Amino acid sequence: MNLIGEKISYKPDEQFHLNDVSFNFKKGNLYTILGRTLSGKTTLLKTIAGLLNPDQGSISFEEKDFIKIPVWERNVAMVYQQFINYPHLNVYENITFPLEQRKLSPEQIKKDVDEALKTVGLVGFENRKIQELSGGQQQRVALARSLAKKAKILLLDEPLVNLDYKLREQLREEFKRIFSEGLSQDTILIYSTTDPQEVMELNGEVIVLDEGKVLQKGPAKEIFENPSNLKVAEISNDPPMNVLKGSKNSKNLNFENIFLEIPNHLKNLEDKDYNFGIRASEIKLDENGEEFEIELAEISGSETLLHLKRGNSKIIALIEEVMNFKIHEKVKIKFNANKFYAFGEDEKLVSSPYGGTNG
Amino acid sequence: MSKLYTFLKYFFITFWTVFVVAPFLWAVSTSFKDFQSVNSKVTYIPWLDFEPTLEGWRVLIKSPAKGGVDIVEPYFNSIFVTCTASLISIVLGTLAAYALSRFTFKAGFVRNNDITFFFISQRIMPPIVLSIPFFIFLSTIGLLDSLLGLVVVYIVLLMPIAVWIMVDFFNRVPKELDETALIDGCNPYQAFYKVVLPNSIPGLIVAGMFCIIFGWIDFFFAFILTFTEVQLLPVKVVALNSSITPWWSLSASALVSVAPLIIVAFIVERYLSKGNLSGALK
Repeated sequence: MNLIGEKISYKPDEQFHLNDVSFNFKKGNLYTILGRTLSGKTTLLKTIAGLLNPDQGSISFEEKDFIKIPVWERNVAMVYQQFINYPHLNVYENITFPLEQRKLSPEQIKKDVDEALKTVGLVGFENRKIQELSGGQQQRVALARSLAKKAKILLLDEPLVNLDYKLREQLREEFKRIFSEGLSQDTILIYSTTDPQEVMELNGEVIVLDEGKVLQKGPAKEIFENPSNLKVAEISNDPPMNVLKGSKNSKNLNFENIFLEIPNHLKNLEDKDYNFGIRASEIKLDENGEEFEIELAEISGSETLLHLKRGNSKIIALIEEVMNFKIHEKVKIKFNANKFYAFGEDEKLVSSPYGGTNG
Repeated sequence: MSKLYTFLKYFFITFWTVFVVAPFLWAVSTSFKDFQSVNSKVTYIPWLDFEPTLEGWRVLIKSPAKGGVDIVEPYFNSIFVTCTASLISIVLGTLAAYALSRFTFKAGFVRNNDITFFFISQRIMPPIVLSIPFFIFLSTIGLLDSLLGLVVVYIVLLMPIAVWIMVDFFNRVPKELDETALIDGCNPYQAFYKVVLPNSIPGLIVAGMFCIIFGWIDFFFAFILTFTEVQLLPVKVVALNSSITPWWSLSASALVSVAPLIIVAFIVERYLSKGNLSGALK
């Protein structure tokens, strides 16, 4: 009864948009697809919706070959990152459109639409024109249209990316409520995003996609704690996880002429060269720390992002207060050695502070 | 600075308005003059300068047997040919444009853009190049000097305009809109007429307007492809000019022939000024 994709490949031009992607989505679950722009997220969702036919591979749903069913008979719902609504219809008509297409009774349509409007918080906006709504409201209409359909597969393609920061925060909170209230237990929800924070908050099963390939699958917590390789570590952190080329010997960790005491979880590692990973938030300003040069300091909200340089290494530190720095100024920082990841030279995870290894 | 700007702005607007409207008013006034008032001296104001007469207008509806020129029949011929050709061009052109905008065609080295250019190239060619082929074509199929033949030729002339405008318009309608319609249970035909078409009304109006204007004002093909059976308005109006130029009826017929375009402009202006020509979709 699941939505199963096997070895799906799609290569319309020189590059793979999807490369050997397999999945098994169970009803009642939330799946997030995490990947940078152009990693194939939209292609994957469009393939599931039926807007694209893969060159290879199969998709089945409820034991039926999905690829043979045309889009308009698949009963899926999709919300795009652009706010796509029918501009010639008002809010109410926009939401009834798919229901009327399915020739439901007027009573049923009214009930479903009212319910959906309530869920997304647009009661009272029924007769508004789409053009009169703000971006956030337009996206709510698109979401309401998808919810009212009661489709068995709901696809959300970066629904928040085109909204401003504040609205994004607000709608993200609401999404969690909407997903728990507004969906029945046999819906498969697939949500794609570039934002690791969204993935963590939605807390579903995650698929990390890059250049059309699946890099890692697993629960959000697992992806965060034990990224299987450097790419995943980069994609699943914002700012991306810092990478420091260095080595371990019997006494300490060594990179850019910095020597750190070996944290417990790295003690049993073989002595050789590694790519060490450390999150931006695990770097603190400290008078007794190591000297780095500031390349750029950005203030974002109540935080300061410091782009630092030492030797050949460039790292980003996240300081949790607003501070003013001069470019090329020297600062001293300290690494939280207990949160060091070790990746091998093949970029695969060797050891993580949460106990994960890559077998 | 801003005062100078305002002054210049109104100065040029006034200048341009006079420039455009004056000949028009001149034509209106001339259409009410007779031979005497036109040829003796320059006259401006009716009743004061000259005695207005309806002779120039009467000639237009009198049959030739009574010394008139009867432009009523050419008038309706022109309306019929223009409207029919425009309508067919818009219907076929819109369908072609949608296909060119949404589907990918491949035939040898030919791609969508090449097909679109082929349509437009029909308008780049000087009409004189087409005149002989059209003449031979129509005479072969026996449609020379007939309304149907003119409709066929005008479709060839007008459809490129419709395709050109509508391809551009459809390219600006996001593909995701059609896709959403498909996802919401429309088959491709329903997606076209239930979603894409209602959102293309501004484009259709502009395309229709251009078709009507270019169809209505065409003189060249109307002149070459008709003789005695059928006559279109532009040919008839020019034919008024004989050994003595009848300025009064020439003015009257000119006014009558621009009237439909002015009416079209007023209707269309409402849609254009709404500003939803391109901003209909984000």
